Amino acid sequence: MYGTGLRPLSIATVVLIAAALSLTFFYAPLDADQGFVQKIFYLHVPLAIVALLGFVAGGAFAIAHLRSGDRKWDAYSYVAIHMSVIFGVAVLVTGGIWAKASWGHWWVWDEPTLVSFLIVFLMYATYYPFRYAIEDRDRQARYASVFAITAGAFVPLNFMAVRMAESLVHPRTFATAEGGLPGEMMFTFLVSLAAMALLWVTLVKLELTAKSASGQLKRLRRALDAPAPGGSSRVAPEVS
Amino acid sequence: MDLLPIGAPALPLDEAGKYVAGAYVVFLVLLLVYVAIMAVKLQRIERELRELATFAEARANAEEAAPQEEVSAP
Repeated sequence: MYGTGLRPLSIATVVLIAAALSLTFFYAPLDADQGFVQKIFYLHVPLAIVALLGFVAGGAFAIAHLRSGDRKWDAYSYVAIHMSVIFGVAVLVTGGIWAKASWGHWWVWDEPTLVSFLIVFLMYATYYPFRYAIEDRDRQARYASVFAITAGAFVPLNFMAVRMAESLVHPRTFATAEGGLPGEMMFTFLVSLAAMALLWVTLVKLELTAKSASGQLKRLRRALDAPAPGGSSRVAPEVS
Repeated sequence: MDLLPIGAPALPLDEAGKYVAGAYVVFLVLLLVYVAIMAVKLQRIERELRELATFAEARANAEEAAPQEEVSAP
């Protein structure tokens, strides 16, 4: 029963997003350097953190799948990666808008943070053709899990490499040696991060519920020996 | 490097506002598109479920009618 608790979770997500937006625009002070444009920070950075953590979670679910052989974990891994790719699109677009406002360019190719995120995103974009190129469901799930684990391990390594790189244009916001964020900004950021994390969890749960309903429907159709509807030939993971 | 944002003058609100609004609108649109796709999926599931219910009812009716025909036949 993947839908259990979806309603309170959705309400909590809406409340937390409303709180995050209110704090962003009415509580957090204007940044001394960037002014109003810095408000994009409270959307862009939490989205990026949640997307990257989601990729890692996809790898962790894939480990559980390979260890147990339970197809449920493969579906979890697929949905976690799927949701993180969607968040990744939002990160790239909002990042581009922020870059244009701050730096005068939509994209800066010699900036390690941007390019590394694009590499991670493109790597996960290959997950879909890789997965759907395999028709046998067991092989598909196994190979997709291996991909998710390898790519999931690459994400923190990539993050550490970027942190070690010398960057001129992307400030280290949380570097305590250089001051870090003031209290109000940090509080607003943490609420925004919690809101995005809750949104990710809610959407993952919603997607799993839809997949579960679809799986149950196919089971029912098989049990009744009913004719199959003309649908997609794509072999997507299911949960039952 | 001219791209350095730190120390650069902040954009005036009328110019900065459109970028901030753009970023938040993009996020909202993505969310709405996702919800719309999920709504379409839900509609498909509902339609298939209705078809299955009709199929199951028709089969149950046919099974009920079949023995009665056998009994009533001379």
